[in-house]
Amino acid sequence: MAKSATKSVALAPGMEGFVSDWSSDQRVFKNVPWGKAMMWLFLLSDTFIFSCFLLSYMSVRSSTLEPWPNASKVFALHIGGQDVPLILIAIMTFVLISSSGTMAMAVNFGYRRNRKVTTYLILATALFGAMFVGMQAFEWTKLISEGVRPWGNPWGAPQFGSTFFMITGFHGFHVSIGVIFLLIVARKVWRGDYDTGRRGYFTTMKGNYEIVETMGLYWHFVDLVWVFIFAFFYLW
Amino acid sequence: MADATHDDVGYVPPAEIEEQDLYHAKSWITKYVFCQDAKVIAIQYSITAIAIGLVGLVLSWLMRLQLGFPEAFSFIEPDDYYQFITVHGMIMVIYLLTALFLGGFGNYLIPLMVGARDMVFPFVNMISYWVYLLAVVVLCASFFVPGGPTGAGWTLYPPQAILSGTPGSDGGIILMLVSLALFIVGFTMGGLNYVVTVFQARTRGLSLMRLPLTIWGILTATVLALLAFPALFVGAVMMLLDRILGTSFFMPSIVELGEHLSYGGGSPILFQHLFWFFGHPEVYIVALPAFGIVSDLISVHARRNIFGYRMMVWAIVIIGALSFVVWAHHMYVSGMNPYFGFFFATTTLIIAVPTALKVYNWTLTLWRGDIHLTTPMLFAIGFIVTFVNGGITGLFLGNVAIDVPLSDTMFVVAHFHMVMGVAPALVIFGAIYHWYPKITGRLLDETLGKFHFWVTFLGAYLIYFPMHYLGFVGVPRRYFELGDTQIFDQSVGDLNAFISIVTFIVGFAQLVFFFNLYRSYSKGKEAGPNPWRACSLEWQTAETPPGHGNFGKELPLVYRWPYDFNVPGAKEDFIPQNMSQSEAFPKRKAAAKTSRSRAAKK
Repeated sequence: MAKSATKSVALAPGMEGFVSDWSSDQRVFKNVPWGKAMMWLFLLSDTFIFSCFLLSYMSVRSSTLEPWPNASKVFALHIGGQDVPLILIAIMTFVLISSSGTMAMAVNFGYRRNRKVTTYLILATALFGAMFVGMQAFEWTKLISEGVRPWGNPWGAPQFGSTFFMITGFHGFHVSIGVIFLLIVARKVWRGDYDTGRRGYFTTMKGNYEIVETMGLYWHFVDLVWVFIFAFFYLW
Repeated sequence: MADATHDDVGYVPPAEIEEQDLYHAKSWITKYVFCQDAKVIAIQYSITAIAIGLVGLVLSWLMRLQLGFPEAFSFIEPDDYYQFITVHGMIMVIYLLTALFLGGFGNYLIPLMVGARDMVFPFVNMISYWVYLLAVVVLCASFFVPGGPTGAGWTLYPPQAILSGTPGSDGGIILMLVSLALFIVGFTMGGLNYVVTVFQARTRGLSLMRLPLTIWGILTATVLALLAFPALFVGAVMMLLDRILGTSFFMPSIVELGEHLSYGGGSPILFQHLFWFFGHPEVYIVALPAFGIVSDLISVHARRNIFGYRMMVWAIVIIGALSFVVWAHHMYVSGMNPYFGFFFATTTLIIAVPTALKVYNWTLTLWRGDIHLTTPMLFAIGFIVTFVNGGITGLFLGNVAIDVPLSDTMFVVAHFHMVMGVAPALVIFGAIYHWYPKITGRLLDETLGKFHFWVTFLGAYLIYFPMHYLGFVGVPRRYFELGDTQIFDQSVGDLNAFISIVTFIVGFAQLVFFFNLYRSYSKGKEAGPNPWRACSLEWQTAETPPGHGNFGKELPLVYRWPYDFNVPGAKEDFIPQNMSQSEAFPKRKAAAKTSRSRAAKK
């Protein structure tokens, strides 16, 4: 993230460009700053972690001997005298997807060097993220009060609780970390660190607005993972 | 096109990357302890890894004491023996070899060989080391908790790993799993750095196909590690939950000491799949850097360009890719579907093709080379022989029909010690003898080095050749003692005693190596910047040992690949990567001038 990406190079299009990039000197991914390359690589590694979690969940779900609890009943909220299945999850998903939207806009305004709007949009993203974590905490509380534990639950296979708490917990942890870093980035944008090239604490390097995009990559990834968790855990 | 790797290119493209903004240490602590310089981090990694490796060595002695002289040492109980086995395996595979090759050699060589000032994110790199150190400390702490470290075997198979019958099921297994998770977190921070540095921070003129094979090996191994460690991480997290919270991810319904435990419905095979999805690439995480380093050692000390450079690169990449689709050959006897066995046996045997290709290329590099039998070269040649031996026994074990009877015998132990214990260790020694002059500015003593080599090399064969035989006879691995088993001849016990004695001799011979390291640091022969007359960039630094920022004022410009040895017409028998055509061939330039002027006269 230093001043690494200041010079942009004209790129050849198509397959030819791909080959010439890979056979060139200095950089394989032209015009990609170090921080962004590193984030992509980290996300690839993290994808493997989430894939292993989800595959283990599927494997355990098919190996357990007891019936799997009915997701649409378990995750229903009692509103206005009747059970509405998956309503909370639907709202959570909506909030998280919206936060991806604000994040994308923040990246755009960051590159336009609009400090104020960028800050607000990042803060909005962080707020959506915090709302998501809050609703997840609510969901956990509700399930725990109904007797769901990592080692068992009233409705069937004990692996239901184990995988639920483990996977949503690990995802929620990602969201929480994301919120913290969003707040840090928001503060830096607000203070103008990326205009003046002030040294950051964590990397001890000078930052620029590409960090907003790098942060955005992480945030979109966390959203994308949620889509898979939603599909495999709540809808299956 | 084929010549493009070592052809001269007069034109060096303009810099795309501006000078890296380095962090300059202000105090002794930030310069030598919490240091962001990859070279210092590399030394920290290496010292820690070797120190914990010595613990692993001592553990193996204790095991050999028991195996060689059963009932002679009353202080070794069966529980202790299992703990020794487990911690020895973990230490050697993960905390020593992985950390030393990637954290140690990776950190030292990557920035120097790609012509960078440092890793791309030095601070993250520094954290990587401290988290690794924490993982090592947690591992060591398991020796001091009630019940001691875990004795589940290095594969930590559930359900036995967390049941109370297994030694160390109180705190040992928990600390082991936590330590592994920490190691993975720490390694990921370093690994991201290594890969991005190679991809995005090379110097001008250095294309991927001009990288030394060492870098290719380390790069591919790091990518493997970044994709394989997640499986172990997930397995460790789930087993921790099984152990601490009583979940049943890996735990089937089980009766222990007449009591029905509350576990039920989990899948022990799932853990084996997760473990080996990590475990098999792990073999290549250790082997690929060794392949790369050995290629460079052989080329430099045989004064000959590496044979089939492109093939070597592709072989590394293909081996890396294939290593992700062979994991279940560790599970032929686990009760999985036999059709799986057919698939995994096939992919396993396919790996022999690129591997054999590498061995042929090493041999052909040596062929008619100007071989200097220096200590690094001896270790490199020792590696090739050992690797072929270990590889051939791998063909036995890769076939389902042969593996089933050999499974869980000493043959397996001998095989994997040969191929991923002795072979990489030989490369590590060779690499230390080779790069020590760059790190300290002084050469290691050759006489002591040769003594060290011959004792280690011959000793390894005296240890592991008989062990193959023991396996064929049917001696099982992981047995505390054979007792009054009638099926085994007296010679089995004698061989075991012989192996144990040799183990001690080889182990103590390593003291010579450490003495050499210590003595040469102050009294060794001055090495100068390039004692082996090698071409790659790390030997062309302005200072030896290289200072902060590696290359002094100007980053080097690269004109060629790192294997230009004995080029006809060149003024020396090697051409450094950063030497242009006109500097390397002053006569040719003059000749070209005269012929041109003659043509003009005509």
